[in-house]
Amino acid sequence: MTLTVDDLVSVAPAIGINTVSKAYGRGPAAVRALDRVSLDVRAGEFVCLVGASGCGKTTLLNLVAGLDSPTLGTVDTGGRRTGLMFQEAALFPWLTAGANVELALELRGVRSRKERRSQAAELLERVHLRGAADQRPHELSGGMRQRVALARALAQDAEVLLMDEPFGALDAMTRDLLHDELERLWSTTSLTVLFVTHNVREAARLGDRIVLLTSRPGRVAASYDVDIPRPRRIESREVAALAAEVTDQLRTEVRRHGH
Amino acid sequence: MAISGGAIDSRLLEEELAGLDALDLDEDKPADRLARVWSALWPKMAAVFLAVAAWQLTVWSHWRPEYVLPSPGRVLGQLGTLLGEGEFYRAIAITLRRALTGYALAVLVGTVVGASVARVRPLRTAVGSLITGLQTMPSIAWFPLAILLFQLSESAILFVVVLGAAPSIANGLIAGVDHVPPLLLRAGRVLGASGLRLYRHVILPASLPSFVAGLKQGWAFAWRSLMAGELLVILANRPSIGARLQFARELSDAPALLALMIVVLVIGIVVDGVFNQVDGHIRRRRGLTAGT
Repeated sequence: MTLTVDDLVSVAPAIGINTVSKAYGRGPAAVRALDRVSLDVRAGEFVCLVGASGCGKTTLLNLVAGLDSPTLGTVDTGGRRTGLMFQEAALFPWLTAGANVELALELRGVRSRKERRSQAAELLERVHLRGAADQRPHELSGGMRQRVALARALAQDAEVLLMDEPFGALDAMTRDLLHDELERLWSTTSLTVLFVTHNVREAARLGDRIVLLTSRPGRVAASYDVDIPRPRRIESREVAALAAEVTDQLRTEVRRHGH
Repeated sequence: MAISGGAIDSRLLEEELAGLDALDLDEDKPADRLARVWSALWPKMAAVFLAVAAWQLTVWSHWRPEYVLPSPGRVLGQLGTLLGEGEFYRAIAITLRRALTGYALAVLVGTVVGASVARVRPLRTAVGSLITGLQTMPSIAWFPLAILLFQLSESAILFVVVLGAAPSIANGLIAGVDHVPPLLLRAGRVLGASGLRLYRHVILPASLPSFVAGLKQGWAFAWRSLMAGELLVILANRPSIGARLQFARELSDAPALLALMIVVLVIGIVVDGVFNQVDGHIRRRRGLTAGT
């Protein structure tokens, strides 16, 4: 069988993390945040990173987003655009929801104001916030703010979406709905998602794969392929069973730090 | 649940989200405009009434003779006469022109200095504390130097007004830039803003409330410096408020003196009110006010 160029492109990972180490500071006082982490995420894959405090997940996302560079090893996104979402929406409070999305378009290089306006309206529509364009962030609920932040990340035309505990501060009901929303968006696009969470059930609900990181320094401890058919429900028995398995492993890892 | 029959039902999901959004948001309470204006107005009116009453009581107690401390009625009568004089408006015009020119210059100087100090680290180390020092310096202490440098002239007054107001304005901008939430900076960088674009789209808008607070404080300093200057630097054919105040003292015309002081106070309050409006508008838009 011969490989075409297309095959090669699809074989190359969307995110290639190769034996990446990251230390802050120098000498004996240096803090090792990540230690030889290797992880490939295929294009279109939804990978959840779980780990206890201090597993360097935020560091890892910063490296993939290009906000920071590794001490050792390489991070390769093949020049793909990356969007990043935080636990807090981090919307600009002086702009309306619509203008926040428009600013992302402007910074991406969409020149025409009319074009920005119509694209922003379309993106807000995609996260079911058609009526919220003229609202200011403080007038929206936490869940709505996160959806605006999602629309803003999508406005970057990102092929890789990095999410840093984006639903961690939301109530359970809102979180469930946003899981549905995110799954719907992801399944209708070719988005690659790297999703950090400390909520193992959330990881089992959303991910194609769950990667477990150890803490201090962060290392890849285990990886689970999730073959539960989609769409999933967070209450389902399969999700609960997988979550229990991952949690057991996570607890074993955490116990090592008690000694 | 929006999942049924093996697929996410987009319509159901939309309805659920819309329902939750509606529950999460406060209902708009119709506010009675008249009641709001009244609740803002009556404490002020009561305070003015109490102050005038205390004043009148002091006069009645004969603590000082009437020609030194006239009654509120006489001062208001004098104020009425003043408001009927063309010359009085000329004085106000001259004073306000000086205030605006000086303040505009101070805004320019303060903004340029503030922006450079906030951005250039060695400059910050060099003059950062000097700016705060200048802020605490009483403006009247500058006048001997100003008069040596510029003689008794408009420039001497402007010099002191600018020196009085610019440090507050610079400090407001510096504090604003320093206190931009790191998360917003990170968000800006993620969106691809860096250098000047990060300044324009994130840092400057984020520091606006603090900058406006600096502008407001700068105005207060400018107005004080100007009054001090007008008492000291009296120019021929330039009948300013300060000059008239000084003449009233020299002629022992207590009603005129107090009437002019009321004018100075009212102008200060009105301008401060304008700044408060702007400040309140910015804060409301950003959800920074308590109780919203």
